[in-house]
Order: sequence, then structure tokens, then C-alpha cells
Amino acid sequence: MHSESSKPLHTIDSVVIRFAGDSGDGMQIVGSQFTNTSALFGNDLATFPDFPAEIRAPAGTLAGVSGFQLHFAAHDIYTPGDQPEVLIAMNPAALRVNIKDLKKGGLVIVNQEKFIPREFEKAGITVNPLEDGSLEGYNVVKIDLQKSTKEAVEGLGLGTKEIDRCKNFYALGMTYWLYHRPMEATERWIQEKFKQPYQEANIRALRAGYHLAETLEVFHERFEVPAAKLEAGTYRNIMGNQATAIGLVAAAEKAGLRVFYGSYPITPASDILHYLAGMKSYGVYTFQAEDEIAAIGSAIGASYGGSLGVTATSGPGMALKTEAMGLAIMTELPLVIVNVQRGGPSTGLPTKTEQADLFQAIYGRNGEAPLAVISASTPADCFHMAFEAVRIATRYMCPVILLTDGYLANGSEPWKVPDPDSLPDLSVAFHTAKEGWRPYNRDAATLARAWVRPGTPGLEHRIGGIEKEDGTGNVSYDPDNHEKMVKIRQAKIDGIEVPDLEVTGDPGELLVVGWGSTYGSIRAAVELARSRGYKVAQAHIRYLNPLPKNTEAVLKSFKTVICPEMNLGQLATVLRAKTLVDVQTVSKVKGKAFTVAEIFAAIQAKQ
Amino acid sequence: MSRTYTKKDYMSDQIIRWCPGCGDYSILSQAQTVFSELQIPTENLVVISGIGCSSRFPYYVNSYGFHTIHGRAATIATGLKMSRPELSVWMVTGDGDALSIGGNHTAHVLRRNVDLQILLFNNRIYGLTKGQYSPTSEQGKKTKSTPFGSLDHPFNPAAFALGCDATFVARTVDIFTKDQRDVMHAAYAHKGASFVEIYQNCNIFNDGAWDALTEKVTREERVLMLKHGEPMIFAGGRKGIRLNGLRPEVVELGEGGLGPDDCLKHDETDPYLAAIIARMDFPEFPVPMGVIHRRERPTYEVLANEQIEAVQARSGKGTLQKLLLGGETWKVD
Repeated sequence: MHSESSKPLHTIDSVVIRFAGDSGDGMQIVGSQFTNTSALFGNDLATFPDFPAEIRAPAGTLAGVSGFQLHFAAHDIYTPGDQPEVLIAMNPAALRVNIKDLKKGGLVIVNQEKFIPREFEKAGITVNPLEDGSLEGYNVVKIDLQKSTKEAVEGLGLGTKEIDRCKNFYALGMTYWLYHRPMEATERWIQEKFKQPYQEANIRALRAGYHLAETLEVFHERFEVPAAKLEAGTYRNIMGNQATAIGLVAAAEKAGLRVFYGSYPITPASDILHYLAGMKSYGVYTFQAEDEIAAIGSAIGASYGGSLGVTATSGPGMALKTEAMGLAIMTELPLVIVNVQRGGPSTGLPTKTEQADLFQAIYGRNGEAPLAVISASTPADCFHMAFEAVRIATRYMCPVILLTDGYLANGSEPWKVPDPDSLPDLSVAFHTAKEGWRPYNRDAATLARAWVRPGTPGLEHRIGGIEKEDGTGNVSYDPDNHEKMVKIRQAKIDGIEVPDLEVTGDPGELLVVGWGSTYGSIRAAVELARSRGYKVAQAHIRYLNPLPKNTEAVLKSFKTVICPEMNLGQLATVLRAKTLVDVQTVSKVKGKAFTVAEIFAAIQAKQ
Repeated sequence: MSRTYTKKDYMSDQIIRWCPGCGDYSILSQAQTVFSELQIPTENLVVISGIGCSSRFPYYVNSYGFHTIHGRAATIATGLKMSRPELSVWMVTGDGDALSIGGNHTAHVLRRNVDLQILLFNNRIYGLTKGQYSPTSEQGKKTKSTPFGSLDHPFNPAAFALGCDATFVARTVDIFTKDQRDVMHAAYAHKGASFVEIYQNCNIFNDGAWDALTEKVTREERVLMLKHGEPMIFAGGRKGIRLNGLRPEVVELGEGGLGPDDCLKHDETDPYLAAIIARMDFPEFPVPMGVIHRRERPTYEVLANEQIEAVQARSGKGTLQKLLLGGETWKVD
């Protein structure tokens, strides 16, 4: 439904918009609706929701503020944007938390009904920010949201609380007008999601917001962000955790295996369980275990039985799974462990992002316990790296840790859907031949032992966590055998074939090396720097253990190497140890992603 | 052509490393006999254990076997049985493994009713770590870690299992070879998690832990052999169990007094009765042996697989194409 407008329409290249309100205000919903609409419209986009750990902190307080930021553009973009240009603030607390991020001269839409002394108190302020001059330099639009929404839904017999629940759509309607977005997709979604009279109420609120914006004098112009020129193909908007789930199932299909997903709910990994639990039509087993240990134990049991055992968690859960990872290493069974990292240590910052579990992933087990560690760089890349995790686990008969983080898990971007036939074949052949077989015989190329499923006649054997005798797999305490097995297990992981590290940008001078979710910010910062004449390059390490074979050569070909990480320098430490290159840490540990500006500043500092 | 299995077929080539005189030998032997009586194909038999002396069990059985980590056998067995329901999965554990470090998993595998045979060797001591008290050790027990006596109140494993809504709870003794085999047969026949507590003697660190009950001279007086549908009588028919309100009591039988008909009748299927008799303990009562409780409830692996099949029957099997193109998509030319 597009109403013609009398106001001028300007074409712009990109917009960063942030919706902020109470965690009960439905900000995540309107954010994802705006995202979906923009995706269908053909923009490139990146999103980042930011919500509190509390489900419903006291209304109106700073602790309860939930936000959703969306960057949509007519060109390729890599991050959800450093600074919003538009802020929708549903109450004083949301304004107070978010205003410092808003670009100077930006637009603020506030729900002015909430700017009253009672609400100021909850937000910890004493004077009205709409009147104290603190918003000078911003373009402020004040709306009586509750009142306007009430008028829009009049006659539907809704109570005050129910009307209150529609006002997020009113605000969304306003932003749709402002950015010339079609309302159809959201209306379709409302029709699917809500029963009457709420369906009608939300649609009316949405449309009323749209029309109000048209009549408001403060909105004297509107903007359009044309579709981006993306590579030809079929696209869908995808969140990181969703991409991980789909990648696991796709890889299992390609391997001819069933997914067994054992998991215990934990933020921000739970959505993987939610997605997979809905995928029963693909034969996926999901098992909500009694704890993190049972989750990984059940996955190991399933792998032993010939399924693809998978578990996912976040930092504290990883700590609990550690002993079982050692068992999977010792028994040489395939296993995929996803760690959706969050702020630590201990409970840390459950809903915030961090990259501080790299050491834990590579080193955090008793004994010499090597396993493969890989990481995803963007929400959509979670698909590809989940697929890779399955390839490595089944080909090398080993556990693989896939590191993602809260920023990737909840962030979204358009994903060019791959052609199913283009995905590599991962077929697994279970071993059945008795001749010459022993439980710990190895493939000469991969050093993997054969995968023998219980139920295979003539191959009955015992495995376990006690040291294995080379070949037979029998219990062995022999000192020489132990050292030999330690070295074999290490050699197997060291020998995993991974693609070379790619470098983009200018050779020889300054390299920005990173891993995981910093990819977008680094890429945008490096492009910005190069556009200003700096000689700089980017290399993003997706395979962390083993490292790509050319890592040392790449690092040594630059005069300076810096490494932005959301930790105190974990990858830098690993790279220094493995390559003896003086990799310099650029650290940020605030539970927030790097901005492009921060990385750009780090590049500038090295000029 | 199906082959016939003898007891020997279930013996592995590994040297058994339990201490000479350990009660585990008898249990291993009874289990191997039962496997052969049941003619379970060795390739379809999987023995999964945790850590402890008892958990070395899989190495000695010629079948598929998995010696896992301390307390976690139930988790691995659950994953295996869910995804491979056709296998016969036996779990071997001990009092420390199942009730201390793995207590959580024991509780959950029982409430879920995963179709496993769970053999819990209860020797009331930590053997493999050389003699600390266990969660079934009697209070006040002096061990290496409790030189002045333990403070912990012990678990009653059968009562614990019933508290977890186990659908099969039985108790037997390492040296009661015939009864042990009967219980194992019943456990195998039961569809669901079969919890079998086996009183087992650790002759090194807790020798004679069960002697008061199991010595030939005292056995009749101190053990009550349960039989479904039959009155609870013991001591060669001289004594019985009667219910006084909700409390059981020992009564003398015969000589114009009470007869077997006055005694409590065992009903395996009654969870209330099970709760009462599981708590009967020496010296106030004889200790009940045999199947304490057995009732039908859908098994977890059947429910899990049926749910998947139902979804597939309703909405068809997923394809890669459908998976990738789920949600709203758009085309860029």
C-alpha cells in the first residue's frame, strides 16, 4: 500500500536506524519487520539487536532498554553501522541510553507522553531532556504515541494495555513513510501472527503511523534507499544462529547422516536449539538435556551410533563440556561443538558479545587434547562454517569447535542461497569389512580411524577414555605408546586441510588480521582507509586450529601487523607463538562490537 | 542363517583386572550367562559405563562397549539409544558414579524412561580411588577421607529411583547368582529404563559390607524375596510383612495366629506399595530383593522417533532445496 505523497522524495545511499524502548515495547519485532521489508526491497543490510539479560526489567528503567539497529544501503555493507542517524526512543530511559550514539544532526522520534516526572525518576534524570537543551543539534519529533494509537484502534474494544501493545507498529508506520517502504510484508506478517481483533488493531496502527508522518510538518521530506546491486541469485535474510542450524542440517544431508543435537538452553545459543527443534522433517533429533554435560554426552553417544553429534552452548557451558570433549578426542569420534561466545568470565554478560573464548577453545582441556577450531565471520558465514565443521569432524574423526558470538548469532544480513548441488559432497562410509581392521587403524592421508557403528557384525570392540594402544585400541599404560598416541592425535589435527589465508588490499605495509565477527568492521575500516590513500590490507583467519599453512608467510610479508579482538589479545598471542611475528593487539572488551571508526583510528595510528 | 551364541561368545580377550575375590566377577559372569540365554547378537549388544571399578565391565564383554567418563554413562547411552533404538544398550555403573557425580543424569534417564538396562553395583565405598566413603556408605563410616566418621546420610538407591519415577526398580546381590540372573532377565524384558541395584562386595576396601544380610546363616531372616502377587513372607515362612496403616511391620506367622493371607501381597505395578517396601531396611526389616516395581510407560526413544515420523508423515521429508529456501526469499537478476 503506497500512498502518493506531496512531499519531496530524496534518494540516499544508506541509513542507520535504531529502535529503542522497554524490553516489553516490541522493539525487536519492529526492528526485524523493518529489516525484512528492506531485504525484500533489495537493500543490502546488516542488523544488530541489543537487549538486556533481564526478560522484563522494571518498565522505564535503564536496565530494561532494548534496542535494534539496522543499516540498510544501496551498496555492499559490512556492519550494522557505527552511529544511527535515526533514533526512535519510546521513553526517557531509551533516549538516555541511546542518544550519545546518535549522529549529530540526526533525527529523534520520541514518545512524548512518557516524558513526565515519574518516568524521569525511573530513568535517573531530574529534568526533561526535551526541554533542557540537551537535544540541541538534533531534529526532534515528538509524538503522543499512546493517544495516537488509541485513536487509530478506536472501536475495536481494546483495553489500555492492549492498545499499548500496538504502539510499536504505529512508530514503525512512521518510519516506513519516512523511508518510503512498502507496508505489505509487515501486514502479511501481522495477519499470520495475530488473531482478531489484534490483527486489525496492529494493521490500523501501522497505517495510521504512516499517514500521520505524511501530515506532520516536521517531516518535510522523505528518503529512499534504492536496491543494492547484489550478485544475481536468490536471497533471504538470515540471522547467525539460524544460519548455523541450517548449515548443520545441510551438511548432514550432504554427508548422508542424521543430526543429533544435544543442548541445554543458554543465551545466546538457545535459538539454534529452537530452529533445529522445528526441523524434524529433516530427521533431526533434538534433545534438551538436563545440563550441558548431558548435552554433549548425548551427542557423543549419537556420534558413536553413527549420527552426526552436535552440541552448542556459550562460554559457561563450554567450561562444563570440557571433560567430554576430551573423551571425544580420545575415542576419535566426530563431534561438532558450537560456542556462541558472550561476555565472560563466569556468567559475565549473557546478552553481550565477546571473543574471549579462543584460548578456551584451543587449549582449554586437560592433557594434550588438540581439536579443530574454526570461526564464522558474518551471520551468513555461520552457514558455511557450520558446513565446514561437519566436513572436518567426519573426515578426520575429531571434535570441531565452531566459534561464533552474540553479535553474529543475533545479527542478520541478506544471504545468497547456495544451489544445493553446488554444495560439496560429504558422504560418509561406515567401515564394515573385517579383514585387516583394528579399532585404531588409521587412514594414511588423514590419520582418521574408521567409523564403525555398533550393529556391525564381526567388528565388536571397546573404546573409552583410557589411553589406547596404537592400532588395537586396547587399554595401554605403556609410556612409549602414550607419547606416540599423543603425537598421533596432534599430527591428525595439524594435518587437517584448510584453505589458505586470503589477503585483500595493499601488500607489504600494514596488515589488519582478525577472526570471527570483527570481519565487517575491519573490512569497512580497511576500505575506508584505502579510499583515503593509506596502504593497508586485511586477512581474516577463519581456521584457528590448525592455522592456514601460509599464515606465517602472510604475516611476515608485512612491516606491521595489528589484530583487533574483543578480548585482551588472544589471537595475537597464538599468532606470536606460532609465527614469531610481532602481532600488535587492538583490544576492546566492552561487550560491544568494534565500530568502523575505532579500527580506522587504529590503522591511522600506525601510519 | 542366524548363529547360536554361547556364554563364551560374550567373553572378550582382555585380562580381567578386578581384584581377586571382587564381587564384580560374579556379576560379569551372570550377565554373560543372561546375554547367551537371551541370544542377543554380540554386534547388537552395547555396554556403556562411567568410571569406577564396575565401569571396567565393557572391556570384558565381547560386544560393542564404551567406557566413558565419570558419571556420564547415562548421557551417552541416551544419545545412542535415541538414535539407534534397535540396539540392546546396557549401562554399568556404581554407587559413586550413578549417585554422586552422575546423580543428575541418573535422575533424568529414569524419568525419561530410556529403554536401558542399568546395573548399579553398590559396594558402599569408593574402590578405584582406594577407599573413600560413597553416597551409600553408612553414616559414621570411618574411611581414608573420614577418619573420624562420615557425616553424610546415605542414599537408598531404590527409593531414589522410585522418586525419579523409574518404571523398573529391582535389587539383587552379587552372590545370589540365580536371583541376579532372574532380575537381569526381567530388566531386559522391561521396555524402559530398568534400574537394577546390585549389592556387591569390595573385598579390599569394604569387605563384608553386605554380610549381615547375605551370609547363608542369616539370609533367611534378613532378606525378603519378592514375588509378584505373593504374600511377603520370609524366615522360612515364620515371619511376614503386614501393613499397619501406611507403615509396614514384621509379624510372626503360624500356630493359630496369622497366616500368609494376612500378609502384604506384592504388586510390582503399584508405585505406592513400591515406595513403602523400598524403604524397608535392616535391622528393622528384612531387605526386599527382586523386582520392587515395574510398570509400563512409553519409552523415550520411541516417543522421539515417533514424533519425527509423525512430522514427516504430515509435512513430508525435508529436502535440501526446501531447507535452503525456507523463509521469505527474493531474486536479484
